Amino acid sequence: MSDSNLILPESWAWVIFFLPLLSALIITFFTRNHPRLSACISISAVTASFLLSWLFFGLLQQTEVVQVPALTWLSVQELNVELGLLFDRLSLVMLLVVTGVGTLIHIFSVGYMKDDPSYSRYFASLSLFVFSMLGIVLANNFFMMFIFWELVGISSYLLIGFWFGKASAADACKKAFLTNRVGDFGFLLGIIILWTLVGSVQFDHLQQRLVATPAMLGSAAGLVGLLIFMGAMGKSAQFPLHVWLPDAMEGPTPVSALIHAATMVAAGVYMLCRVFFIFQVTPGWPTCLAFLGHISALDIIAWIGGFTALLAALMAVQQNDIKRILAYSTLSQLGYMVMSVGLAGTNAAMYHLTTHAFFKAMLFLGAGSVIHAAHHEQDIWKMGGLKEKMPTTFKTFVLGTLALCGLPPLSGFFSKDEILATAFHQNTLLFVLAVLVATLTTFYMFRLVIVAFFGHARSESAEHAHESPRIMTVPLIVLAVLTVIAGFLGLDTFLNPSAHVSANIFDHIFAPFNHAPFAAVFGLGSILLGGTLAVGLYWQAQRDPLPDKMQCLARGMRDRFYLDEIYGFLIAITQGALSFLADAADRFLISGFLVRGLQGTTDIMGRALRLVQTGNLQNYAFVLAMSVAIVLFFVFRN
Amino acid sequence: MQDIAFYIFAALTLICGFLVVFNPLSRNPVTSAMFLVLTIISMAGLFVLLNAFFLAAVQILVYAGAVLVVFVFVIMLLDLKEEERRKVNIMGVGLGILSVASIFYILVFRVFTKAGLNEKAVVATVEGDTKSLGMILFKNYLLPFEVLSLLLLVGVVGAILLSKKDLK
Amino acid sequence: MNHPVGLQEYLIVSAALFCLGLFGVIARRNLFLIYMCLELMLNAANLALVALSRFTNNLDGQVMVLFIITVAAAEVAVGLALIVALYRKRQTAHTEDLASLKL
Repeated sequence: MSDSNLILPESWAWVIFFLPLLSALIITFFTRNHPRLSACISISAVTASFLLSWLFFGLLQQTEVVQVPALTWLSVQELNVELGLLFDRLSLVMLLVVTGVGTLIHIFSVGYMKDDPSYSRYFASLSLFVFSMLGIVLANNFFMMFIFWELVGISSYLLIGFWFGKASAADACKKAFLTNRVGDFGFLLGIIILWTLVGSVQFDHLQQRLVATPAMLGSAAGLVGLLIFMGAMGKSAQFPLHVWLPDAMEGPTPVSALIHAATMVAAGVYMLCRVFFIFQVTPGWPTCLAFLGHISALDIIAWIGGFTALLAALMAVQQNDIKRILAYSTLSQLGYMVMSVGLAGTNAAMYHLTTHAFFKAMLFLGAGSVIHAAHHEQDIWKMGGLKEKMPTTFKTFVLGTLALCGLPPLSGFFSKDEILATAFHQNTLLFVLAVLVATLTTFYMFRLVIVAFFGHARSESAEHAHESPRIMTVPLIVLAVLTVIAGFLGLDTFLNPSAHVSANIFDHIFAPFNHAPFAAVFGLGSILLGGTLAVGLYWQAQRDPLPDKMQCLARGMRDRFYLDEIYGFLIAITQGALSFLADAADRFLISGFLVRGLQGTTDIMGRALRLVQTGNLQNYAFVLAMSVAIVLFFVFRN
Repeated sequence: MQDIAFYIFAALTLICGFLVVFNPLSRNPVTSAMFLVLTIISMAGLFVLLNAFFLAAVQILVYAGAVLVVFVFVIMLLDLKEEERRKVNIMGVGLGILSVASIFYILVFRVFTKAGLNEKAVVATVEGDTKSLGMILFKNYLLPFEVLSLLLLVGVVGAILLSKKDLK
Repeated sequence: MNHPVGLQEYLIVSAALFCLGLFGVIARRNLFLIYMCLELMLNAANLALVALSRFTNNLDGQVMVLFIITVAAAEVAVGLALIVALYRKRQTAHTEDLASLKL
């Protein structure tokens, strides 16, 4: 609390928090015309945040939670909205992921965006995004989280629509923003209901009160859970609000890596873990939803997660755009995480979130590197043979693919296995589904690697591809290292101190087999199956053999099961009906009745009064005399 | 004797007044003006019957002598002939009868029903002769009298200004 | 004539004269005639005032009549000047030809 001691974490916490905002402001106001300087400012801000975050790593070894004193931001009677920071193990892991991966992506962007005229704007948006993301991560109450939730929406809007001159990018950012709004609406409703029932928005207060009296939410428990989940549904792109994520690939590739792999989409999962206590209260439904019976909000969340994972994996199988494949893969993995949360495996979810952030960011950056090298060619069937031309990118990409598939001893193996184990213990049906998704994941990732990197170049631009500059490959290598070692860093034990700690590395590798042998074996089996299928089908293939073999199913996968079209159709119907109503109201009620009615009445009155106003003296005299007669009558009546 | 005089003067007043408004023989405004003079003179007679001698004199001097002369002067100067060609304004007559009849009915009804209006032979204790009127005028009504003189001045100036050829 | 003439008779004459004047204002269309009818109405008021003055033995009413006559004189001067000015502009003294405010 004292200002003299700068080592105190409180002062540094705000520095971590506000550095990216400062950078965004400086770039916007001062260094807009100095692209290199802007990049330097932005990178140093996020790097400084990253390094300062380690300060709390040591601190949290001693205590469980560090609360940074709050500023009161808004105080209306009982509603107290504060701006306070909360450091615990959960937020610290997320903080390190956001700033760490963010730093690497910033550095990668220097190379990727080299020739872009709006270089400074790009870095300003990136900094703003990091700032908003830190707000979500460090928020200690729901309202602050919601504010930054919206800020993330805005800054992702700016980044997805960075090339707003392109119609598809403009549409994509609009779509992302609006889809997120749907989720945010539910989120806000959930927060308000929660506040009404519990009387606080602060996480620790909420947790205390809800743990003390689990039946506090009563019949609204399930509804609150689902509404809060709606926010996650939007940000983490869960079915049915998943449609924005693939389109968001219109943004620059590093943005995709930052937003759609490591941070923004992880925010939903992170938020669910942060407020997990809300889902642990006594379940209950309002009477109109009573048919749900004993199903809790968590069950629904788990099934939505599982369903999203399967749906997205199926769609990924038939995509040809390298970034879209990765986007659907992200969707699928997010589904995994949400499913894990739904199965009460928050640690597994956060673990997978972290490792996924590393290797998916690497995959996206790798894809960026490929796209950069192939002169912005994104179709994998027009690539091929990149293995020799881009060795570094190739190696890291394969590493990321294997990690995503869950091959031991890469980090993906451990986190995925934890989710599989959770599913295996909780819900066999979801476990089968998860294994299926794992198989599909291996299949489409192998397909991507085989088609894009092996064989012969299938187009002019792939022919002339060359390795990317060092500023782009270094982040790839760093991420690759992280991908390899993340499984041994003790992240799982850091998140869950009560977990069993293995004695040495080999024990650690084999721990999953001892712990939940079924899950691990099925995981490995799925890799084998998926890998074999992909190699069999696509090795040396010139075109995709699947459409011939699977006919309409493949077409459905390619066209995303027509969900976008269905949404479009539904929205068109709703909009049509609404606009018809609005039009009718406007035409008949407002312009017909009110405007024209008023005007008509005035007109008729005017016409009637004009008859009186003849300008003829006699008429006036008559009216005067008649009036006098009437007045006299009343005066003399008594 | 006085009563007979009243009826004669009253009848004269009303008949001449009627002829001012509506003259079946001539529609010339000069004729109307002449009948107005007659009306005013018979009213002066009524004033005399009411002991308002000074007012009777003023009535004849100012009204018949000055105001009506101006009227006739102007009418003749402007040479108004077309009035004779015009038709009677039937709607005006109808509306006029309607409104005027109602007012007249109300007034007369009031006069007959209001208590205290039917005093018959009140002994006249004051007389409207020049001396007593002058006393009141210069004692009680000095300020209105002076203001009135100002009003006349304004009227004279206004009349001259308005009669000038070029109003601009 | 079996009863003496009182206030009532004078007032009725006054009312009749007033109504005659009013009727003229409404029914006639010549501005001069309307003006004369206005004079009739003023005189009717004068008659009522003098009669009331006589039967209440109060000279104030007669002073009022004096004032009315003075005002009427001023009014006639200005009003006739206005009519003359109007006639010069429009060559008419008929109300239905003078129905618009514009000169």
